[in-house]
Amino acid sequence: MKAAIALTVALCGTPAVAGWEPAKPVEIVVAAGAGGASDQMARMMQAAIQKNNLMKQPIVVSLKGGASGAEALMYMKSSEGDPNKVLIAYSLIYMLPLSAKIPFNWRELTPVSVVALDQFVLWDNSAGPKTVKEFVAAAKAASAPFKMGGTGSKREDHVLTVFLEQKTGAKFSYLPYKSGGEAATQLVGNHTEANVNNPSENLEVWRAGQVRPLCVFDKERISYTSKVTDTQSWADIPTCKEEGVDVQYLMLRAMFLPGKVTAEQQAFYVELFHKVTQTAEYKDYMEKQALKPIFLTGKDMVQFLEEDDAINKSLMTEAGFVAK
Amino acid sequence: MEAFGLLLHGFAVLLTWKTLVLMMVGLVLGIFVGVLPGLGGPNGVAILLPLTFTMDPTSAIVMLSCIYWGALFGGAITSILFNIPGEAWSVATTFDGYPMAQQGRAAEALTAAFTSSFIGSLVAVLLITFLAPMISSFALKFGPPEFFAVYLLTFCSFVGLGREAKHKTVISMSLGLLLAGIGMDTVSGNLRMTFGSPELLRGINFLVAVIGLFGISEILLTMEERLALRGHAASISLRVVLGVWKDLPKYWTTLLRSSFIGCWLGITPGGAIAASFMGYNLAKRFAKDPESFGKGRIEGVFAPETAAHASGTSALLPMLALGIPGSGTAAILLGGLMVWGLNPGPLLFVEHKDFVWGLIASMYLGNVVGLVLVLTTVPIFASILRVPFAAVAPMIVVSCAIGAYAIQNAMFDIWLMLGFGIVGYVFKKIGIPLAPFTLALVLGNRAEDAFRLSMIGSGGDLKVFWSNGLVGSITTLAIVLLFWPVVDRILTRLRMKRAKATPLQV
Repeated sequence: MKAAIALTVALCGTPAVAGWEPAKPVEIVVAAGAGGASDQMARMMQAAIQKNNLMKQPIVVSLKGGASGAEALMYMKSSEGDPNKVLIAYSLIYMLPLSAKIPFNWRELTPVSVVALDQFVLWDNSAGPKTVKEFVAAAKAASAPFKMGGTGSKREDHVLTVFLEQKTGAKFSYLPYKSGGEAATQLVGNHTEANVNNPSENLEVWRAGQVRPLCVFDKERISYTSKVTDTQSWADIPTCKEEGVDVQYLMLRAMFLPGKVTAEQQAFYVELFHKVTQTAEYKDYMEKQALKPIFLTGKDMVQFLEEDDAINKSLMTEAGFVAK
Repeated sequence: MEAFGLLLHGFAVLLTWKTLVLMMVGLVLGIFVGVLPGLGGPNGVAILLPLTFTMDPTSAIVMLSCIYWGALFGGAITSILFNIPGEAWSVATTFDGYPMAQQGRAAEALTAAFTSSFIGSLVAVLLITFLAPMISSFALKFGPPEFFAVYLLTFCSFVGLGREAKHKTVISMSLGLLLAGIGMDTVSGNLRMTFGSPELLRGINFLVAVIGLFGISEILLTMEERLALRGHAASISLRVVLGVWKDLPKYWTTLLRSSFIGCWLGITPGGAIAASFMGYNLAKRFAKDPESFGKGRIEGVFAPETAAHASGTSALLPMLALGIPGSGTAAILLGGLMVWGLNPGPLLFVEHKDFVWGLIASMYLGNVVGLVLVLTTVPIFASILRVPFAAVAPMIVVSCAIGAYAIQNAMFDIWLMLGFGIVGYVFKKIGIPLAPFTLALVLGNRAEDAFRLSMIGSGGDLKVFWSNGLVGSITTLAIVLLFWPVVDRILTRLRMKRAKATPLQV
């Protein structure tokens, strides 16, 4: 009885925001395995939402990294009309349909917001060459091609490797591992000569002095200037262009709902993730993982996605990764 | 000795009433999720993870790791009573555990399983306590060729040391390898054998297959044969526990060997699954009467359980030090760590000493408390077998279905489970062993990836599998084990000859 009164009061007390709210636990769908960059981000959001009481319903992270993330895409596609699932997407939404002919199109989902942009960095073992020039020279002089570790085949890491080959003339054999974490450990163990991991994936081994960042694949340096290791900050890493290798690539991190949800439901999540980007947890996380902050939604987001899609498509075509 | 001081500090952090209560709660919850096939460790920990968000990191991780312990202990219960393994490493426990239960020795088998789990994890925790830094650098030595060599060793030991007809083992293993190929191929990035079906994209989940192959097929067989659970006349009292313990020193070689194998494979990132199979096969190899294995021999429970838990525990080390989870459950724990900003990596041991040593101390405590808890419940679990089959069977089928569904929230998996149930039934009827099939399903993909990555790296040169001492000795050992029956025969013949030359008294 008391609860009923409380409920009535609560409902009447806030007539202005009588919008939709989830009535069931909400699932953050991760298109990658445990411990990867997407998983870490999803856990951060889960904690930020629960600690700051941004939503009444609990939020759960569900890992759907099967088939290199295609599992998550098909899961979202088949959940049409279900407003209790949000996908944390990255460039696989453009690449997988091209390389593996997965019957999926991001336009069938409901865009919510772009929440971050992720960088790529060229790393080598701390016992290896110290600069990009030395690295390229060593790669060219090597009798067997340098081994480049990365996540998955015909994806961001693989594309970057192909472009690195084109711009420098050096040859690499690309080793596709299951996760960025694995690629990091394999570099530390000297089983590969380099990798192009995201900052978050190599952060811990960099701090331990086991790998060295050579250059970042962006047109400007990373903005964070506080020290990460004893001597270096993210901002100290030169861009690859500065070092004479003009390859650039940024990867989106964006939230999507399944298709055919109502405008009210979409609005709820836009608001929710906007609030998330205001939390201390999010800001901390962005700096720690050296992500580029961004918040796009509505028309801006769709325009961004269309342009990004076109860029990815042309990169994939040029690299010869589009399945016929 | 520094480690010892830090460990004592860890105990000091833990020994408060609040943490002890959390431990008990975690263990009980863990045993419950462990008993439900398929729900098992990973799902249990995943469901309970958000519960811990409001706690401080140390209490939270203590509770989570106790759920993990509980689930590990609980997994053995269904393997022994119903032939339904809950985790990959419980499969080998069914080989002798289930026959024991059928002979009315369920309590004995359960006690053996719990005790050896305790011993295995204790050895592993000791290893972690004193050798942590050395071990993490050993794990770094593993590149693709080394990984492949370890998988090859597991496969070969199965063919060479298995008791079944070799051709049947190979048939079963090949079928498993074939099914493991379904889904996305990581190396080429292409889809294989999915026939345009979105359900097949994610491949065939190992646990779904195991629940069907072992659990459902067993129900089918029981229905055909007698409509009753065997072994209902089990003697159920705590005296059984003491009886098993009294015999424990007799099996010290098995326990030691399995602990060693377990620790070794556990610290090899991703090698934990192979441990229980290897432990079992080697125990059989070194036994005086290998034929009695698989017919309800207590060593057949000791060997895989000790190895499984030694590896399950030592697998936490690569997870903490390298961020690579050794099992599904460890992967969820990894996610949990990150929520508290504890990023696994080489510096975790330096920067978060309190946390790491608290965790290690909780392994000791959780293990001891868990053992006491499960041993006192042995009679209760063993008495499940007294319940009429008509009442238990539907419950088993339903919990199998829930388990299969819960793994990926897919209805398709329930049909798959039933399909595997029929396959398992047919295999049992025509005498094809199920274990090589499941082993191939778990390790097939990893072995293939490791092989192809080695080939890319070496430019197609097979010599890479002998390129250094580590990989060379594992590969050679694998090949020796594969041809073991032949080697064994030659050795015996040589011995016979010598025996003939010098007459000896028998």
